[in-house]
Amino acid sequence: MSTSAVAHAGHPPTTTGLDHRKIAIWAFIGSECMLFASLISTYLIYKGRSRVGPFPHEWWCQTTNATSATGPIAGCPAGALFKPILNIPVTSQSTFVLLMSSLAMVLALAAVENKDKPGWAGPGFGGRLLESSKLWLLSTALLGAGFLCYQAYEFTSFVHEGLTIKTNLFGSSFFTLTGFHGAHVTAGVLWLLTLLAIDVKRGLGPRDALLVDISALYWHFVDVVWIAIFTLVYLIR
Amino acid sequence: MATTATAPTYAGAESHAESGLWSWLSTVDHKRIAALYLGTSLFWFLVGGLEASIIRLQLALPNGNVVSAERFNELFTMHGTTMIFLVVMPLSAAFFNLLIPLQIGARDVAFPRLNAFSYWVYLFGSIFLNVSWFVGSAPDGGWFGYTPLTTLAYSKNLNIDFWVLGLQILGVSSLAAGFNFITTIVNMRAPGMYFMRMPIFTWMSFIVQFLIVLAFPVITIALVFLQFDRFFGTNFYEIAQGGDPLLWQHLFWIFGHPEVYILILPAFGLVSEILPTFSRKPLFGYPVMVYSGMLIAFLGFGVWAHHMFAVGMGPIADTVFGVTTMLIAIPTGVKIFNWIFTMWGGVLRFTTAMKFAITLVALFVVGGISGVMHASPPADLQQTDTYFIVAHFHYVLVAGSMMGLFAGVYYYYPKFTGRMLDEKLGSWHFWLFFIGVNLTFFPMHFSGLYGMPRRIYRYDAGQGWESFNLTSSIGMGIQIIATVIGFWNFWRSRKNGDIAGNDPWGAPTLEWSIPSPPPDYNFAKVPKVTSRYPLWDVKSPALTSEVPHSPTGEERVDIDVGGQHAGRVSRAIGNPPGGPVGASREVPFGPSGPAPTPRRLPTAKELGIPMPNPSIKPFFVALFMTLMFASLIAIHKDKTQLAVVLVMLFAGALTASLYGWLLTPLEDEH
Repeated sequence: MSTSAVAHAGHPPTTTGLDHRKIAIWAFIGSECMLFASLISTYLIYKGRSRVGPFPHEWWCQTTNATSATGPIAGCPAGALFKPILNIPVTSQSTFVLLMSSLAMVLALAAVENKDKPGWAGPGFGGRLLESSKLWLLSTALLGAGFLCYQAYEFTSFVHEGLTIKTNLFGSSFFTLTGFHGAHVTAGVLWLLTLLAIDVKRGLGPRDALLVDISALYWHFVDVVWIAIFTLVYLIR
Repeated sequence: MATTATAPTYAGAESHAESGLWSWLSTVDHKRIAALYLGTSLFWFLVGGLEASIIRLQLALPNGNVVSAERFNELFTMHGTTMIFLVVMPLSAAFFNLLIPLQIGARDVAFPRLNAFSYWVYLFGSIFLNVSWFVGSAPDGGWFGYTPLTTLAYSKNLNIDFWVLGLQILGVSSLAAGFNFITTIVNMRAPGMYFMRMPIFTWMSFIVQFLIVLAFPVITIALVFLQFDRFFGTNFYEIAQGGDPLLWQHLFWIFGHPEVYILILPAFGLVSEILPTFSRKPLFGYPVMVYSGMLIAFLGFGVWAHHMFAVGMGPIADTVFGVTTMLIAIPTGVKIFNWIFTMWGGVLRFTTAMKFAITLVALFVVGGISGVMHASPPADLQQTDTYFIVAHFHYVLVAGSMMGLFAGVYYYYPKFTGRMLDEKLGSWHFWLFFIGVNLTFFPMHFSGLYGMPRRIYRYDAGQGWESFNLTSSIGMGIQIIATVIGFWNFWRSRKNGDIAGNDPWGAPTLEWSIPSPPPDYNFAKVPKVTSRYPLWDVKSPALTSEVPHSPTGEERVDIDVGGQHAGRVSRAIGNPPGGPVGASREVPFGPSGPAPTPRRLPTAKELGIPMPNPSIKPFFVALFMTLMFASLIAIHKDKTQLAVVLVMLFAGALTASLYGWLLTPLEDEH
């Protein structure tokens, strides 16, 4: 691994004392903010502008194109009535899963940073659990993968309920926004699994903490973006 | 005598610098990457110029018959796209690469392999974009690609697909370079190189990188929407489904307006280096130059809708964007005045670089004034989509950016190659280009105000446009002659130019303290910086008496002057006013000094400086990434399965080569 090339002998110290990769990941995150800002803005601009359903928060009758925010539309034939498509209880679960992955990420970083201080997490089984960087890297990746499973389920059920990326403006902007987020989570899971593989192969210690640190920054950022999406897309009508 | 000019001291081939094709493909040296950027972007300058020449040939006389309407659309689209994304941005990147590490006293950029990756992505992306000519469907939707004209309903062929995918590829290059340079400038400054001591070029580059990393994601998303609309049938720009064509315009110009500052600020930076050197005066108002650059960039994000006055956004939006646009004239005007005050009372030397630089100052004002004119919505409604606008942005981009970049080429060519450009040919290049540019673009103000619309491929006689168009086309001819002379100069001086030495111009900043071309490690000893003008501190301290210094001024002795390490005594080394060019008789620094005794520079190994290993992996990652994007074209050839297979294949190859890259250490263990 290209661990801390900066600290090598012969290189002058960096101006800020920070590793280059730490600066770069922050610049990257700044750039990613604009990426998601564009996606979220587009979603919000197009909110309520779809000509046909299904809609995120409203009932929709396909035959009359009538909508209702309160409940089923009277007189709409059975096959033509579509319910609000967003499933907030299920998405709340997936949001919880993703938030927990951030917790696991924090624990993974702490485990790597303190690898050379056995017993730092206290005595007993709990302490040994907290000290296992492999466990927490794996947990983070699995929770991320769990979130992706929820997303796959959500996308599939939406398609079954008649909403595809081609259906209307809501479908296009919703699938593109959440799909971009899902792609970021996927990249993060691959990144975490790579770190896990390195950990298994040779063990990650305090001098590799930066590798985990920058992946954690990325992971928390993706998590924060989801909180914005969950609030703006799912919770606010 | 300490002033004896030492010969340019070349890093021998036995240092790290190998030759041959492989060494170029696998290079991670920022100076070599800079040379690659320089050569490639100058090549595309010729291509973009050829496209412009055909346009001018078509419009020289009424009812021109040189090309068809369709071909004309392709020509102006590719001319704009080429000049912006394949010429001005990468030509600026050539200077970022060469100068940022040298000016801040670093040995390379923060991520040398990422730097190589940026270049290769640019090269492959530019080739991909131009492959479209050979399959007979070059992009034809204008460089701004307005929807719904560019949606599948109105553009069924591959033209726009090439444009969308090409810009996505090029965006990756710019973004990667942006993260790299931000990190380099934040984290690799030599001791004492505080932010307010950085050379202005580095400052402007720093600002530009922020513009790039914040503006490019927006165009990426706008293009993703268009790409999805075209490839997967989404509705983002689909009017029938309620899609809003203004969405594209807003997203595009939120990128597009910062983009124009991405194009001009590097040129401003170069001019801010050149004017002080050839005026032998510190830059007037350095802090204000820095702050005005920041202000331009900041305001640049708040003016995008002035490109859209004609769509009818209503009086409030029009007013707000009109006012913010006019505000930008203030920091820009500050810069112009600071340049004038820099020259005021200076010992001026009219080298070719200086002439190009002064021309930027003068002619950018012309473009700036017409810009303020159409900042006013009522005026803009008269001018929009006419040749007046064409005149405006060619004055800021050709007479502005290109003049500044040519000034940079003449000024920094010695640092690139170790050889001087020929000043006589340079003078011809400059004067012909100056005349040609003005002859081409000034009459467009009039043809525009007489009502000639942009982007028309022919026009009838009798509307009062003939003489202006003919003049413009004659001006284009003169520009062609100028360019031929200039490029001939660039080409022949590589081998035949005068030997430059470390500091042919008597310049004040760190890049001139080291040999030309610099050895692969740049600085044998990392300099300690005690003021904005470290070389003048040593060579002509009187010039910098009013510039702030560190209290421990003695540390300044840690730089190399004239190829010799300057000990404390070297404060006695004076570099008299006047540089070598055309005046080498009087000046001890330069080719006509005592016979140069070539001296082999120590290699990095001898000095114990760790150097990054060459790597071919960035080349392959860039190649596979480009091929992955390019494979999407097959979807529109009704070969969706083939497209999927190819994309998966190249994505796999991309991932594999990326892992290969990331898991290989940059350097050997020590």
